[in-house]
Amino acid sequence: MLSGAPLRLAWRHRDLLEYRDQRGTYEAFVHNLGLLLFWQSLNVYTVMATPRNTRRSQLRSRISQGSDSYQTNLLAWKVKAEPGNSKCVLKDSSAVEDSTHADDQAEDDLRIAVEYFQRGPRKASLNKEKILEKRLKTLENVAWKNGLAPETIDILLNVALSGKFGNAINTRILKCMIPETLISEDSVVKAVSWLCVGKCSGNIKVLFYRWLVAMFDFIDRKKQISLLYGFFFASLQDDALCPYVCHLLYLLTKKENVKPFRVRKLLDLQVKMGMQPHLQALLSLYKFFAPTLISVSLPVRRKIYFNNSKNLWASALIAVKQRNQGAFPEPPKLILGPSKGRSLKRKWSSHSVIPALNSANIECRGKKHLSDFLRSEISLPIEQLQSFPQLLQNIHCLELPSQMISVLNSSLLLHYINCVSDEAILLRLSYWLSQTLQEECIWYNINNYEQEKEFTNFLDIVIRVQCFLQEGFYSCEAFLYKSLPLWDGFSCRSQFLQLLTWIPFISFSEVKPLFFDHLAPLFFTSTIYFKCSVLQSLTELLQNWLLWLSMDDHVQPVTSSPLETTLGGSMDSVVQLIDYVGWLSVIAIRLESNSTLLLHFILDFYEKVCNIYISYDLPILVLFPTAIFHSALLSLDASILNQLCYIIYRYRNNLTAAKKNNLLKKEKSEFSLSSKICQEFNYYLTVMVHCLWMSTPFEKGVYIDPQILENTEVTEYRNSLNLVHHPSLLSYAACFLLQESPEERTVDVSSIRGKKWNRYLDYLFSEGFQGLKLFIKSSIHCSSVS
Amino acid sequence: MDPYDSQGSTSRRRTSNLKDYFVGATPLQKRLESIRRQSSFFPSPPRRKIPQGTELQEEIDPQKVGFLLHKQWTVYSLTPLYKFSYTNFKEYSRLLSAFIAAEKQKGLAVQVGEDFNIKVIFSNLVGVRGTQRDPEAFLVQILSKSQSSREHREGRVLWTGWFCCVFGESLLETVSEDFTCLPLFLANGAESNTSLIGGWFQKTFDCCFSPLAISAFHLSWMAAMWTACEMDHYMATTEFFWSVPCSPQSLDISYAIHPEDAKALWDSVHKTPGEVTQEEVDLFMDCLYSHFHRHFRIHLSATRLVRVSTSVASAHTDGKIKILCHKYLIGVLAYMTELAIFKTE
Repeated sequence: MLSGAPLRLAWRHRDLLEYRDQRGTYEAFVHNLGLLLFWQSLNVYTVMATPRNTRRSQLRSRISQGSDSYQTNLLAWKVKAEPGNSKCVLKDSSAVEDSTHADDQAEDDLRIAVEYFQRGPRKASLNKEKILEKRLKTLENVAWKNGLAPETIDILLNVALSGKFGNAINTRILKCMIPETLISEDSVVKAVSWLCVGKCSGNIKVLFYRWLVAMFDFIDRKKQISLLYGFFFASLQDDALCPYVCHLLYLLTKKENVKPFRVRKLLDLQVKMGMQPHLQALLSLYKFFAPTLISVSLPVRRKIYFNNSKNLWASALIAVKQRNQGAFPEPPKLILGPSKGRSLKRKWSSHSVIPALNSANIECRGKKHLSDFLRSEISLPIEQLQSFPQLLQNIHCLELPSQMISVLNSSLLLHYINCVSDEAILLRLSYWLSQTLQEECIWYNINNYEQEKEFTNFLDIVIRVQCFLQEGFYSCEAFLYKSLPLWDGFSCRSQFLQLLTWIPFISFSEVKPLFFDHLAPLFFTSTIYFKCSVLQSLTELLQNWLLWLSMDDHVQPVTSSPLETTLGGSMDSVVQLIDYVGWLSVIAIRLESNSTLLLHFILDFYEKVCNIYISYDLPILVLFPTAIFHSALLSLDASILNQLCYIIYRYRNNLTAAKKNNLLKKEKSEFSLSSKICQEFNYYLTVMVHCLWMSTPFEKGVYIDPQILENTEVTEYRNSLNLVHHPSLLSYAACFLLQESPEERTVDVSSIRGKKWNRYLDYLFSEGFQGLKLFIKSSIHCSSVS
Repeated sequence: MDPYDSQGSTSRRRTSNLKDYFVGATPLQKRLESIRRQSSFFPSPPRRKIPQGTELQEEIDPQKVGFLLHKQWTVYSLTPLYKFSYTNFKEYSRLLSAFIAAEKQKGLAVQVGEDFNIKVIFSNLVGVRGTQRDPEAFLVQILSKSQSSREHREGRVLWTGWFCCVFGESLLETVSEDFTCLPLFLANGAESNTSLIGGWFQKTFDCCFSPLAISAFHLSWMAAMWTACEMDHYMATTEFFWSVPCSPQSLDISYAIHPEDAKALWDSVHKTPGEVTQEEVDLFMDCLYSHFHRHFRIHLSATRLVRVSTSVASAHTDGKIKILCHKYLIGVLAYMTELAIFKTE
């Protein structure tokens, strides 16, 4: 047993030579050495002492039962073995079958088995083979069914690797080293110490490494194991072990483990063994940690580097994971770059494919500043960034990607971009975006129609990011200005119009010649659907501008800026935008002959406009053009009428609020409620009340010569626009009557008046005319009393 | 519809990045403004200077110029290089050569600093710039170290590429100090090498290359400007190529003129001394068209100009140029830089 020590020391000495120039590692090595010697002595103690001292230790631990210490726990467990044993005998005789007893029995059997193995093979025994087989079976059953406790694994690992039994037995024992939940790190360190004693064969070593890799995630701590890095690295020399050791190192390697002498060693191995996937994996990990030491380019299609170590315990691993679920989160999977990155099928010169996230190669960027250098020591490579809490913890020391634009594909890093104030980052993003948008734009490269899909996808990503950041990239704005004059209004329409909604707030007089003057001809000459989409985008643009201004005016105003950002100037810009959309709408309505669909989109826009004063706390009140009001009022669609009512109701609220404010504080002087707006609104209100409610349509507001009305030969024109006879509501009136008196054969809508009128109103409200309801409740008081 | 009411109070409120740039003139802000300015002047200024030699040109190492002249270069536009340093050339050489070696033998790792059979040299191109403010140009060469010919220490040049900025003021003023602005990149050698090395630059300096095609419009400008250059002696004929899209093969029309005739024609349309205007360019080309039409009854204006070659330089619409005349090197590069900047903005 003790003969192992010189051997191990001899090996250590060899290792030591390798380390000569690495002081830090050397210290670690000295620590390792001490540790090994310590564990060795412990091994000797346990193995030699247990058979003789069982009784005494039992006594000792009976006293110290309940203590937390690992050592005593182990012994305590042994103590329980004794009474269990007797119970077992009892049970056998009484032949009582009980499920709990069966469990107990399995546990007892396991104890016996473990003790049996711990004692080692007996020299002379009658049915030695039979008992051995029985004990092994017990062990395997329990291990594969429930897993083994850390203590059991500790003991059995020692047994398997100390070579007490034959190879076949050791293999079987090793194979059932399946943890119930966790494996103690100390057990692993102890086990590793056996590897250099020369007691176990090559096959066992291979199996042990395979086991270690498979169970790596279940080892409770890895600090000590990490200290053994040098030992594992030296094991690479063994050809049979190499793939498994590589895998283990791949799991263990940290930045500080990557040293030039190790790189040299690995490259030598590569020369000797050729292009082995396991070496490639380890080398690329080294390259990731120290790009200046090594360069490797991995074949794009390779996905699996280590496929040979987990299959033995695959089913058991799943079971352990299930047992552990909740106990600790599943460890993040380390995957090499190419497997997660998409294949770069296109040539380098076209950048539509957004590059994969890769940490910056700091050494390339000149290490002039000491602070840079220091920071790189503790910084977190973005490849390791997995979760939002992790981002929060490391936000000060993130190693940013070498190609900044790769953040477009990373929702986590977008959070970072969102709050970062470093202009260089935004510049890097914008340079790339500008160039790529121009390069990929399909209406520049007419021959490349096959690229359309790719370009669309790219734009979609950019738009998604803009929505996430809630602001537009200036590169996209520039792209719009540059490319709109060449746009056919068809390719990537939805994307293009979405980009439009994110034009950052600028003065309207500036954006008009760059953008709107080019958009208007397309708008007028395109289909109604195009017009609707443009109006929708303009609505969103208005909303984005309003949001920007409403959160901005608390910090404002800045007058020195080259852009017009004084409060009054900004408001003028918004008003100009609204007026411009109004102008577009009026023409569009004529072009499309009062299309209901178009009216919907126009009224959606004014639903935003009418509420600015209250919703965004901005002094803007703009009414819609008369043409739109009339079109909406005379529309054949009931929902348009309802929407109109709602807008008028909101206008009323906003105007009242503005008027109240105006009276309260005179200091908000830059905005004064003009009487023109009030007059205009009153006109709209009067017309609506007279038409819908009072059945006197053309007396106030709209004046039409009675002669003309007579010429139309409509006798009952007075009623024709009230809530009953309005063309869009007539069908509702009829339905209402049918519901009131289903047996009636003829429907006389003019019978709706008086109380019936009120019931009719309730009917309309129940049919979803919420806008109408709000309008009537707010604007018509006297009648609701009557 | 009532939910609309609450919209105002719950509206998204966050600090805007962009807002910060409205306050004070940061590079980003300047860029934005220049874009807006530029878009109104689309597509290009109506007058340019006729290329002249500069004092800085005197500094150019004649041996280096030898590398640059009489070679066909594929031109690319390039966004500013992030954290590029002229003092790190040695380090870049080491890294790039290891990168190339690793890429060439895909899957096999190589140690940085190992001895490969290729050599990468980064070197300054002193004097290749328009003003003192322009960052200095630099050259990257890939040499093969063939084992057989030890005596040739330099080895065979496999690939050459250079980065320059000549009169790039418009871009320079919008770039912050972390960036080196060399918008024009010229490469000579196998396309595969260009993509390899370009890829390395993109990853290392977070920049973005894109091929710089030269439109017929700009080719006409080149023809006019280069014809206008005073030459001691002409080395090549002035030649134009037009392409007619035909099936199955496109038809190419070549139109060669004696350089002195071309110069005479130019002198007859040229009015403002030292400058070239849009009208003059149009007139110059129209004269050529009408001359051709008189002889061959073909309207060249209906075809596409694809190549222009003069004694000063030649350029192809695919983005390939060849500079012939040492004296006007800077002038040619200035125009190419302008095109590259226009592309990157």
